[in-house]
This record gives sequence, structure tokens and C-alpha cells, in this order.
Amino acid sequence: MTTAHGLQSAAWLLIAIPALSSLVLLTAGKRADRWGPILGAVVPVVLFAYSIGLFFSVKSESNREIHAHWFTWISVGRFNVEAGQLIDPLSMVFILLITGVGSLIHIYAVGYMSHDPGRRRFFGYFNLFIAAMLLLVTANSYLLLYVGWEGVGLASYLLIGFYYDRPSAATAAKKAFIANRVGDVGLSIAIMVMFCYFGSTGFQQVFSHFGAGGNATKGVAAAIGFMLLLGACGKSGQFPLQTWLPDAMEGPTPVSALIHAATMVTAGVYLIARSAAIFDDSQAARTAVVVVGAITLLYGCVCAFGQDDLKKVLAYSTVSQIGYMFLAVGLGAGNYAAGIAHLVGHGFFKAALFLSAGSVMHAMNDRIDMRRFGGLRRVMPWTFGVFFCGYFAIIGFPLATGFWTKDKIIDIAFAKGGTSGWILGVAALLGAGLTAFYMTRALIMTFFGQRRWEDDVHPHEAPAAMKWPMVVLAALSLVGGYLLIVNGALNKWLSPSVGPVMEGAHPLNKWAVGIVTLVVVALGVGGAYVVFGLRQVPASQPMGVSVVTTAARRNLYADAFNETVLMRPGQWLTRGLVFFDNRGVDGAVNGLAAALGGSSGRARRLQTGFVRSYALTMLAGSVAVLATLLAVRFS
Amino acid sequence: MTPTYYLVLSAALFTIGAVGVLVRRNAIVVFMCVELMLNAVNLSLVTFSRINGTLDGQIIAFFVMTVAAAEVVVGLAIIMSIFRTRRSASVDDVNLLKY
Repeated sequence: MTTAHGLQSAAWLLIAIPALSSLVLLTAGKRADRWGPILGAVVPVVLFAYSIGLFFSVKSESNREIHAHWFTWISVGRFNVEAGQLIDPLSMVFILLITGVGSLIHIYAVGYMSHDPGRRRFFGYFNLFIAAMLLLVTANSYLLLYVGWEGVGLASYLLIGFYYDRPSAATAAKKAFIANRVGDVGLSIAIMVMFCYFGSTGFQQVFSHFGAGGNATKGVAAAIGFMLLLGACGKSGQFPLQTWLPDAMEGPTPVSALIHAATMVTAGVYLIARSAAIFDDSQAARTAVVVVGAITLLYGCVCAFGQDDLKKVLAYSTVSQIGYMFLAVGLGAGNYAAGIAHLVGHGFFKAALFLSAGSVMHAMNDRIDMRRFGGLRRVMPWTFGVFFCGYFAIIGFPLATGFWTKDKIIDIAFAKGGTSGWILGVAALLGAGLTAFYMTRALIMTFFGQRRWEDDVHPHEAPAAMKWPMVVLAALSLVGGYLLIVNGALNKWLSPSVGPVMEGAHPLNKWAVGIVTLVVVALGVGGAYVVFGLRQVPASQPMGVSVVTTAARRNLYADAFNETVLMRPGQWLTRGLVFFDNRGVDGAVNGLAAALGGSSGRARRLQTGFVRSYALTMLAGSVAVLATLLAVRFS
Repeated sequence: MTPTYYLVLSAALFTIGAVGVLVRRNAIVVFMCVELMLNAVNLSLVTFSRINGTLDGQIIAFFVMTVAAAEVVVGLAIIMSIFRTRRSASVDDVNLLKY
């Protein structure tokens, strides 16, 4: 462990600068409309420049675990939380990804949002997201990480609901918020368990209880692992909390690219990789991660090919690709680097895909139905080129990013060995084929074939501010994977954080796995070409399709399940409680008041106004008192 | 000459007074009946004083008379003012103060 010095001790600026800029943008009012977007876009670029400096500064250290202490946050009895930053190789990868891809997408957003009346607010939220995300990845304790975790959740909620006058966007924002709350319960329980057993939530202090010489029992490790996994599922849109992510596409496209594809949704993978020490100690928790990853990667693929909305296809593809990452990090020690490599590569190519989708949307009057696209490659050659690079990368075309990172995950899934290795490997392989299928479908429906757009649409190429960031990302999608993998660069870099990569005995020939993967991918591409390339694509969604397609269109009934099993009983419960409240509680209170009022109304009638009746009453009363006295006396 | 006769007379007068208060409508008569009841009580007080050989009862009788005199002043004043405004001395007509 090294204490921060020199350039490293300014790492707090990574959070302070975007937070300040967000504050300025959100409070400056109308006068910021002119320079607001520029300020918003300059901030991540400055941060990226600083991050590069920070990277070399960290690289020059012999011990690359830099601790920057801020202040003592909480100190109560045995419980102690120090607020500060931990800059180690793992967080460095994320800092570079967030600020780098973030810069490109911010620049793109200047062009994309230039006509939007709410662009000042947009950049305010966007910078808030950068601040929260950087806090998340540089925090030195789970508690501080939780602050960033909630911060990105807030920014995500605000940006999904950016077009708050659209009911669908407002609903999607709420859905994302609620699904994230479910996950956050898991993370907060994990933190409470750490507090309870270790009296601290700092990474260093917590991890010292695990591994060789640690005193944490298997049960504690499993409990923390499962709860962290729940938190990660919520944030990363993994099964069973995945339904919010496709709906989150209601936000502006740069948001989908940065938050819901490249960075925020991968926070779950970060959380698991960061907690490597805990997961290494619990076989059960690792198995759960792997199962979640395998289910989600197939789920995302199947849903993606039923969608006609280009952004939704990409969203389900994100769900599926994060499933791959979960699968990789769930395989335990030695495999975290593979997950992180795919995460970074995915950050490049998915951002490129989303930005080109945004460019298409921009050109088509904000229409996003692929059935109304078609033949766009001639009109928008740059956008088509970028999408094509992203497409190459995601399907794992030889030498593109996905070929290095995704195929590595398929490889390590088979390398796990045994029956489970076969199941996971086949699932990952099948996922690769399906990915090729739905991506080819999206490519053909958008850029090839007949023009199917309406007469009032005049597609045009994106402006320069949008074009060049896309081109950079496209280049990264092609070569990024190789740069990460060459000489095991990322593996070596990450080994201080997540442990070295171990090349175990491989039950299958690596080349065989690679070739089979390529064959499966080729089958997927060919299948999609036969179904969508050789035939005319209908301009409206065909009815009377197969059961599988219907299920895929309705995201395998996950929304229906949630509505039937969770939402409706909740509504019934609420209605029942409202009924009980109105009739039971209010009924008792109001009934008592009514009874008192009614009876006093009756008792009032005794005041007749006739003096003689009062006199009679007095006499009767006196006689009664006397009679009582006598009765008591003589009994 | 036994004191019992006085007590019986006192009881009879009290009963007549009480019945008068209850059954008569004229305020003056009701008032007189109240006086009758007070005096019946006075009679029994004096009688008991005699029986016991102490002066306590007679002292209380004086108190009752004093209070009765004051009460007559107030009561007749009320009856007078009611009669002036409503041209009636019937207690049943004075029934505005009610529910």
C-alpha cells in the first residue's frame, strides 16, 4: 500500500470537478444555455487528461495500491469508517473507461442535444453521473461506494425520465428506480453484515478477514456474497432484476450509451471483481453469480431478436453481454481479468453501436422502429461504418474486440471442466450464435434492403460533433480488444487487484473451442441473412408468428410475471389497506364521534324549558337519594 | 302535647307545598308553595330543637328565614319583570331557555 503523493493526491478532483460543474449547470439558469453544454463536455475531457497522468503515476509505483485519505467519516466505538480513495489497477481501468468513453459521449451529446431546450439540465445530470460513478469506483470502503452507487442510481433515474412529459419515460424512470432499490437492499444488507462481523466497511479491513489466515466463516462469506450479488443484479440489469434496463432506453441516446451500456450497468461487475476476496472464499456465492450470468446472457439474446426498436435490441444485447461478464467473474480466481476485459471492450463497441443508433434516430425524426428504416447505408455512410465496426466487435469477428474478449469467456467457461463447465460453455457458445443472429438482423433491417421510411423523413449524415466521437469509438471497437489482450496486458495490470490469471489444465483444445465458436457465429449470421436479408422485411410487425417470437417480443413474459406476481398482489394489498384504513380505523374514530354526537343530541331533549318538570326531576332525585341513604342505613 | 304532632303537621305542610309547586301554573302560587315548604322545614327544625333541648335547630330556622326573605326579593323581582314583558305569570309560558 502506498500513500498518495504528487499527482495522486489530487485524485479527489475527479469527483469534485464534475460535482461542481453539475451544481453550476443546474443552478445557473437560462444564461448557461449558451456555454452550459461546452462546460459539461470540457469537464470529462479535463478529467480524462488527468486520468492519463494518474495512470502513468500509478504505473511508476512499485506497489500500485494508492490510498488517499480524506477524513474520518464515522467513528463510533468499535465502528470506524475512513473516507478516502483507493486508486489501484482495477479502479484505474474504470477511471480511464469512464472519463475516456465519457468524454467521447459528452462531445457527441453536444451535437445530439443541441436543439433540446433542456440541454443545460441534461449536462448537469450527466456531470452528476460522472462524479457519482468516479466516487463509486475510487471509494475505499463499501459505505463510500454505496454513496456513489446511489448517486449513479439517482443520475440514471433523472436521465431516464429526462423527457418527463412523456408518460412512458416517467414510468421507465420509476421502474428503474424501484428495481434498483430492490438490489440496493442487498448491498445495504451486505454492508450491515460487514459492520456486524468486522466492525468496518473499508475494503482493506474487510478483505483481511478472508482468504488464508482470515477468520470469516463460510456462512458469512456466502451471506455477504449473495447480498452483493443481489445489489449487482439490480444495478447491472441481471436476472431476475433485468426488466428495467430495456425500458431505460426512454432516456436520450447518449444516456443509453454512457450509463445504460458502457459504465453504470457494469458497476455490478466492478462490485464483484472488487469483492474478489469474498467471492474466492465462497463456492456457493460464485455458483450463484455464474448461474445468474448464464441465464441472463441467454435471456438477453432471446429477447433481442423479438424487438423492432433498435435501441431495445441494443439494450437486450447489453443485458446479455453483462451476463457474459458475470459468468466470467463468477468463475472465480484467475478469471476476473477476463470479465473486466470484456467489460472494457463492451464499453467501446456498445457505446459505438448506441451512438450510431442515436445518429440514425437523429436523422429519422426520432423514430426508432427498425421496420421503418432500411437501406440507410447509402444515406449515412459514416454512421453505417461505425455501426458495422461495432457489429464486427460484438459478434466476435476475428481480430475485432469481441473475438478476443468474448471468446475468452467462452473458453474459460469450457475450461471450468466437469458437467458444469460443459453447461456453461454451451450456454456461452449458444449466446454467441444468438448474438450474431440478432445483431445481423438489426444490421440488415436498419442499413440494408429496401427503404421503408415515410415520406416526411429526410435522413442525413450526423454533424461533426457527433461523427468524430463515433469514429474514435468504432476504431476502439476494432482494435481495443487486441490492445487489452496483447501480451496479457490487462491481465498483468489487474493482477495486484484481482489476483493473477491462472492457466489451468484445459480439458478441450483451445483452438477447437475457437473454431467451433466461429462456426456457431457464422451460423447465426447466415441464419439471420437467410431470414431477413433474402426476404422483404415487412414495414409493420407481422402477426401470427411462432410462440418463441411472441415470447421474445414480450421479453419472455418477465414484465407479465412481475406484474402478475409482484405488482397486482401489491395493488391488492394497498387497496385492502386503504379499505381497512377508511372503514376500520377511520370508521372507529368517526363512529365514536357520531355515537357521542347522536347520544348527546338525544340527551339534550331533556332540557324541555318547563320549570315544573325540572322541579319534579329535582324531587325525584332527592327522594332517590333519601331512599338510597335509608336503604343503606337499614340494610 | 307530643312533638310528633308537629312533625306530622310539618310533613303535611311540606307535601302540600311540594304538590303545589308541581301542579300549579301561576308563578305567585308556586312561589307561595315554596315558602310553605320552607316554613314546614322551619317547623320541623324548631320541633327537633325542642325534642333535643338544644338551640341549634332554632338558629338554623332563623337562617332559613333570612335566606327565604332574600329569595322572595329576587324571585318576586323576576316574576315582576317577566310579567311586564310577557303579560303572563304562568310558569309554563316561560319556556324559551331549552334545547
